[in-house]
Amino acid sequence: MTVLGNLALWLALLVGVWGALAGFVGRRQARPDLAHSARRAVFAMCGALLVAVFALEWALFQHDFNVEYVAAYTSRNLPIFYTWSALYAGQKGSLLFWATVLSVFGSLALVFTPRRHHELLPTVAGVVALVASFFISVMLFGHANPFHRLPYTPLDGSGLNPQLQNPGMVFHPPMLYLGYISITIPFAFAIAALLSKRVDADWLVAIRKWTLLSWLFLSIGICLGMWWAYVELGWGGYWAWDPVENASLLPWLTMTAFLHSVMVQEKRGMLKKWNLALIIGSWLLSIFGTFITRSGVISSVHSFTQSSVGYFFLAFLIATGIASFALYATRLPLMTAETRLESMVSREASFLFNNLLLIGIAFSVLWGTLFPILSELVQGTKVTVGPPFFNQVNVPLGLALLALTGIGPLIAWRRASLPNLRRQFAVPATAGGLTLLVLLVGGMRDFYALMAIALGGFVAATIVQEFARGARARHRQYDEAYPAALGRLIARNRRRYGGYIVHTGIVILFVAFAGMAFKTETEATLRPGESASLRSPYGHTYTFTHLGISQYDALNRQITAATLEVRRNGKPIGYLTPEKRQHVDGLGRPTFQPSTEPAIRSMLREDLYVVLGGIVDGTEQAVFRFTINPLVWWVWYGGMIVALGGLIVMWPGGAPAARRAQAGYGVRLVGDDR
Amino acid sequence: MTVTRRHDARLHVSRRDFLTLGAGSFLGVVASWRLAAQQPDSLPGTGPAGRVSDPARAGRPLPPVTAADNDAAIQAIEKQIHCTCGCNLDVYTCRTTDFTCTVSPAMHQRVLALAQQGQSGQQIIDQFVRDHGIAILMAPPKRGFNLAGYFVPSLAIVVAAVALTLVLRRWVRAARPAAPAAPLGDAGATPEELARLRRELERLPS
Repeated sequence: MTVLGNLALWLALLVGVWGALAGFVGRRQARPDLAHSARRAVFAMCGALLVAVFALEWALFQHDFNVEYVAAYTSRNLPIFYTWSALYAGQKGSLLFWATVLSVFGSLALVFTPRRHHELLPTVAGVVALVASFFISVMLFGHANPFHRLPYTPLDGSGLNPQLQNPGMVFHPPMLYLGYISITIPFAFAIAALLSKRVDADWLVAIRKWTLLSWLFLSIGICLGMWWAYVELGWGGYWAWDPVENASLLPWLTMTAFLHSVMVQEKRGMLKKWNLALIIGSWLLSIFGTFITRSGVISSVHSFTQSSVGYFFLAFLIATGIASFALYATRLPLMTAETRLESMVSREASFLFNNLLLIGIAFSVLWGTLFPILSELVQGTKVTVGPPFFNQVNVPLGLALLALTGIGPLIAWRRASLPNLRRQFAVPATAGGLTLLVLLVGGMRDFYALMAIALGGFVAATIVQEFARGARARHRQYDEAYPAALGRLIARNRRRYGGYIVHTGIVILFVAFAGMAFKTETEATLRPGESASLRSPYGHTYTFTHLGISQYDALNRQITAATLEVRRNGKPIGYLTPEKRQHVDGLGRPTFQPSTEPAIRSMLREDLYVVLGGIVDGTEQAVFRFTINPLVWWVWYGGMIVALGGLIVMWPGGAPAARRAQAGYGVRLVGDDR
Repeated sequence: MTVTRRHDARLHVSRRDFLTLGAGSFLGVVASWRLAAQQPDSLPGTGPAGRVSDPARAGRPLPPVTAADNDAAIQAIEKQIHCTCGCNLDVYTCRTTDFTCTVSPAMHQRVLALAQQGQSGQQIIDQFVRDHGIAILMAPPKRGFNLAGYFVPSLAIVVAAVALTLVLRRWVRAARPAAPAAPLGDAGATPEELARLRRELERLPS
């Protein structure tokens, strides 16, 4: 099967190179035969890469430990889901996964793009083939071939790192990869639009859903990653400003900026240059993230082992960056705005400031991530840039962005009058002020937490006001009952109200982040029968009583578990069993050092997070860390609401009026000559 | 003695073996009862705990937690110091999450030792910087080139905001003559078109 895999890789490379050449030459010479050939090359490359994936999965499931990759990431007793996900657990397999998913997305884009955009497709095929060919080249020429065989066959493999043996492994990396990879499609359309000089709003329609899809995958991937980092000890909590975490946030921020500014282009024909730059920038940032993860140039808990692959990515990043922006620069004269900004107090202006903040945050995260390298170059000293730095720089910016999330929807398009502003802001500003007052009276003094929750109140009131006004208008106009009016309001204006649902999720996330300012924790050594108490920020007292240690075998691990009875204000609420896990291979030999699995009791207001640090002198006396993390539940549900909102925005259909507005400038809606 | 079992198999046990087994079982039960009565290890909070069957499975043995481990001032210091094990975490987070790490507990002990010598938080941090260099800090100190690290993002955003405001004002000024407050009829729309416009606008959400 590895022979088949290698053959498939070489075939994919040859077909990919041909597809890239045929795509670009076919467009330049307007030769339909070459354009068709490029399209078919992408399909063929996709087929070849799927065969390669099948071959690798076959080797993984057959425990062919003569294959270096299989021996490095699996063992005979590895559960089936993790054996499957070993496909992308290591550097080599993940490169194959990247190339394959890109070719699948490319094929889908070529099949499902409406006929009116067919002029762009040869270039789209060319770009997809070029990028996928690069990834295949890295595998074949960068010592990253997943089918490489060992000179001997080990009895069993090394197994998967215990931290990766978590359900998060099955869902988080693919989601993040899907997000990173699918940005290539909007990028390919942007390059096609630039090359063919079709930089109107039309090409935007072709890529809007792809950008949304990419944003949605990245959002889900980031939230799943936060959950995984929280439930799996050793990654410093759900967000630790690690370079690899930052690398996933960067394209998310630029795509969020694009999804806002694209509305200005669609409705008013403005910001063409800016939108194109955002798409190109987002794609380059996704490649930058791949470079950071794979080069080892910046130390990270998430990165793959250091390898020469990083140089390939750096060269590719620089070459494609220069080529893309050079092309962009030559087309700048074509991208003039079709209308002018009429007022500083308008939705357009608020979107521009929203973009400024999003890009500002992206810049500050990028700056902080790269500052250690910069410092080494300038001062000769490598500094550490950790959470204190990022929090200091980014928390105020994040709060300003949260405020704009509420302000933007309250300001009218084109021009907002003073009476209109007064009417729009009255309820949300009052709600925000009241929230602040209640918190201050309640004794909260943490400045950032106060601001986050008060601004959250302001934005939430904005959203409620928007939904209430829309539902009331439908109730009056169509005599619909309020629940039906609300449902139809969302169904017929998915983009707008789905966007508000995303904003709701963002508000919940910010409030949940603020909750971590009130985290309490303690460490204790307990003998069986002994208890430790911890007071929550809400005034409850939790008592944890150590009942004893038990040891048993399960699947591919030997478990040492402590059982603790938990009481809230003296009343029993359940048991928690934090564990130590010693993973073993198929022959019963320990594979990694024992890992630590926390026990978590997640509640609406707070999480109880208990860690078994270890045991004392081989006895049942154990060292525990008890933590109360307020509002963590809301992080996961805020993330789900963001994803739900994104899905609603993406869902096809909607009202004819909304569809027309999505298909071109809003002003055409009433001005066309039908 | 011959015992016939249900499934036709015959089990041969001599009388001596049978009696020995019975006596042994009895003594075992009594012994375990006496042991439990004498050594109430596993009873709640009454004595030293019992041993676990395979301590190696539970990882590195840990020393009992001391009051200093929970000292907020010590934790605050450790949150500013970078663990050198390669984990990218601060000493406090590393020692309380990665129990396989031997570096962060050693650095924790060093912090405790310096604190016991009467050194203040800043003095302890300065000592770590002297021993390990500036990279030991979780955030670079605000001096020299490091100031750029802190202020370039904010400065860039302020400059961009000012530039954006100026550009927008220019755009607005440029747009004013082009958008006179003329009646709608000047746009060449017929009354039917205007009526259609009103209908369409009403259908649009505000």
